[in-house]
Amino acid sequence: MADIRACGGTQGTPEQERRFAEIIEKYKDTQGELIPVLHEVQEVYGYLPFFVQKKIGEALGIPMAEVYGVVTFYTQFSLKPKGKFRVSVCMGTACYVKGSQEVMLMVKEALGIDVGECSEDGLFSLDSCRCIGACGLAPVVMVNDDVHGKLRAEDIKGLFSKYRM
Amino acid sequence: MNSLEELNAIRDKKKDELSQRKDSQNLRIVVGMASCGIAAGAKPVMDAIIEELNTRGINDIKVSMTGCMGICRLEPIVEVIYPDETRVTYANIDAEKAKRIVAENIVNGQVCTDLTIEAVQNDDGGK
Amino acid sequence: MQLFRSHILVCGGSSCTASKSEQIIKEFDSHLKANGLENEVQVVKTGCFGLCAQGPNIVIYPEGANYFRVKVEDVKEIVEEHLVKGKIVKRLLATGDKNENTNEDYSANSIEFFARQMRIALRNCGVINPEDIEEYIAYDGYQALGKVLTTMTPAEVIELVKKSGLRGRGGGGFPTGLKWSFAAGNEAPKKYVLCNADEGDPGAFMDRSILEGDPHSIIEAMAIAAYAIGSDEGAVYVRAEYPIAVKRLQIAIDQAKKLGLIGKDIFGTGFNFDLSIRLGAGAFVCGEETALMTSIEGHRGEPRPRPPFPAAKGLWQSPTVLNNVETYANVPQIILNGAEWFSNIGTERSKGTKVFAISGKIKNTGLLEVPMGTTLREVIFDIAGGIPNGKAFKAAQTGGPSGGCIPASLIDTPIDYDSLVALGSIMGSGGLIVMDEDNCMVDIAKFFLEFTVEESCGKCPPCRIGTKRMLEILEKITSGKGEEGDIEKLEILANSIRMSSLCGLGQTAPNPVLSTLKYFRDEYEEHVFEKKCRAKVCKEMLKYIVIDDKCKFCGICAKNCPTNAISGEPKVPYLIDQDKCIKCGLCETKCPFDAIERK
Repeated sequence: MADIRACGGTQGTPEQERRFAEIIEKYKDTQGELIPVLHEVQEVYGYLPFFVQKKIGEALGIPMAEVYGVVTFYTQFSLKPKGKFRVSVCMGTACYVKGSQEVMLMVKEALGIDVGECSEDGLFSLDSCRCIGACGLAPVVMVNDDVHGKLRAEDIKGLFSKYRM
Repeated sequence: MNSLEELNAIRDKKKDELSQRKDSQNLRIVVGMASCGIAAGAKPVMDAIIEELNTRGINDIKVSMTGCMGICRLEPIVEVIYPDETRVTYANIDAEKAKRIVAENIVNGQVCTDLTIEAVQNDDGGK
Repeated sequence: MQLFRSHILVCGGSSCTASKSEQIIKEFDSHLKANGLENEVQVVKTGCFGLCAQGPNIVIYPEGANYFRVKVEDVKEIVEEHLVKGKIVKRLLATGDKNENTNEDYSANSIEFFARQMRIALRNCGVINPEDIEEYIAYDGYQALGKVLTTMTPAEVIELVKKSGLRGRGGGGFPTGLKWSFAAGNEAPKKYVLCNADEGDPGAFMDRSILEGDPHSIIEAMAIAAYAIGSDEGAVYVRAEYPIAVKRLQIAIDQAKKLGLIGKDIFGTGFNFDLSIRLGAGAFVCGEETALMTSIEGHRGEPRPRPPFPAAKGLWQSPTVLNNVETYANVPQIILNGAEWFSNIGTERSKGTKVFAISGKIKNTGLLEVPMGTTLREVIFDIAGGIPNGKAFKAAQTGGPSGGCIPASLIDTPIDYDSLVALGSIMGSGGLIVMDEDNCMVDIAKFFLEFTVEESCGKCPPCRIGTKRMLEILEKITSGKGEEGDIEKLEILANSIRMSSLCGLGQTAPNPVLSTLKYFRDEYEEHVFEKKCRAKVCKEMLKYIVIDDKCKFCGICAKNCPTNAISGEPKVPYLIDQDKCIKCGLCETKCPFDAIERK
């Protein structure tokens, strides 16, 4: 489990603080508001560092432990910052039977990072994801919103060069 | 919506509009834009069709999107729909082929027989 | 900008240019001038029309008249007749070819994949524009809701759905009408209808496709369900991983609200219904009904013990009906066409059609909808085109992580809920993964268990600890360290997990292992006793070697090796250092002489 204190920072920019307040205002009368709030707040900060979770707990009157419990339960919520380019290798069944393990191996090799990590220059972060629904193109790798399909192990080296420019 | 009649009125009006029975000149173009289509490159195809129609000053052809037909392997799929609802289904389309469809099928009324779903169904999509 | 009343488009492609389109343009300019039309008609040279054999081609707008094989001497006539008098020059028109062409079927129905399907749930997917409610209405959308609200009582609706024989398409196959009647029978001030669109089964995408292609059918069906059970509020729980589906569903809800098809006093009948979207956040267990409701309530999505069932105490402790996307997509058609129509399709105990998302080693990856009782052979070979690259069909996996594998020997089994259970699999949501001889069944079982271990919510120990132990044994077996007794241990664990887990996901988690053990036990035994993987998938049991006779010393393998594990020099066959090799297989794919083999 990640050390929660390591999940950086103590406050956001004034713009982030303003948008945070708007989100809290929008959901204050909704039942079961925590998950939609987490989704939108993560959009604002890019991830959910410790201080943000604390703020959410205080604003919604939910114990910090419960906020943290929910954040760590769902894979969509991240305690770590993401790279400028978020690389996801699809590990759905269709991609798996078409060799996504090899693709994953080559991606790790090419980026020099493991799943869940972010490269030191902040350019790439790597995740594995469940089916993104492009099974016709299996195996696929997503870089932000771009889908790269029908990949073979040897395609990977060249895949990231255009993002490095 | 206050009554069933109101719903029926919308249905009949739209039905007419879709089949365009009164104006036999008009075709429709539909591009498959579900996740699979978009992942396979439907957006540039849609853009190319609109651009080509604009270049040629054609503004009476309706271009719209639709969901997944089910054969994701052959996306992007483009359909040309005639006023009598017969369809020409093109598969594995890219921007260049999309321009050809506009030029040949829309402008000149010639089906691009080498691009239809039947013609390309045995291609393996490049790999 | 100057406005022209007409435009003459002359093809300027290289082929038409060769056949004198330049002279034609000049000719047009001079004849237009002669008739004083140079400021009203513009001549434009365009890109290739693609009809080079018929060139030179000319199109005149606004009429859109296509003239083929135009000669320089035709220009005078075109200008004087068409542009001055407004009469189209018929002898040069292209219509002859057009008629000839449209007689032939160039639509999707011309290929086997579509011709053999029966589309009820997918009827509008790929047909209508999902972001235009009027198109849905034009295809009889919201007629079922209108019929229900104006001519039927809630009890009649439930009776109709019961009679149709519709069963839940999300996995369990529970009769939908019965589910509705339980919720209808529970008196409460507030009731909910929910739609499960948390399609977590990897390799299944039918729900996404319906939401992206025909979102209104779900809205309409949920309103019908709400009327039937006496609810006025619903929510669709969608995976956040489906941004397009979420966007289109939201557009659809907004449009339906605007037209008053959801909201207050629908069709003037006093029936109210409000609908919203709840985003999932990436947890497979939230596809389980009680976990889904816990998640909507804002908590960790852990299942609750049943009973009480959701029909009695569901969301916020109120009676709740939860159905899957595909189930709902059938409802409006059943209302419009009647129970009998629907119950005539399918088998004795499984009515209607089923959508399958077919992928893996199959030619036509995609979505197909067939009547229940269609055999696997028809689906895989006749509709989906069979296995590519001349490989042999080995097994089909249904039901995702809760399902099992069906071997080639049982390919003629008609697919319905009960036959699949009898084979040790389940219908599940309809993911159908096809595997060929290059897939290792032990590895596939391991893949699904990895998934279950990762996605186990952790609430009950059999699932949390038991599946982890099973995975460890499988890892041991696939890495060549299997021992006698391991297979038996797997079986014991699998059976206890099946019996003692809290929710359906835990109870079915061992299925992939049990069904592969049932049909492919020899492969497990090979891994354990012979340390051999016949599909050459399990990396620790194989190595890449250079076949000396075939090696032509080109060095391509060495250049491509990511770990510099390959060395060699001219005239000596290359050598792979097994300690450095990460078994990525790149050398094998790159070698132009097939000189690298897996052993």
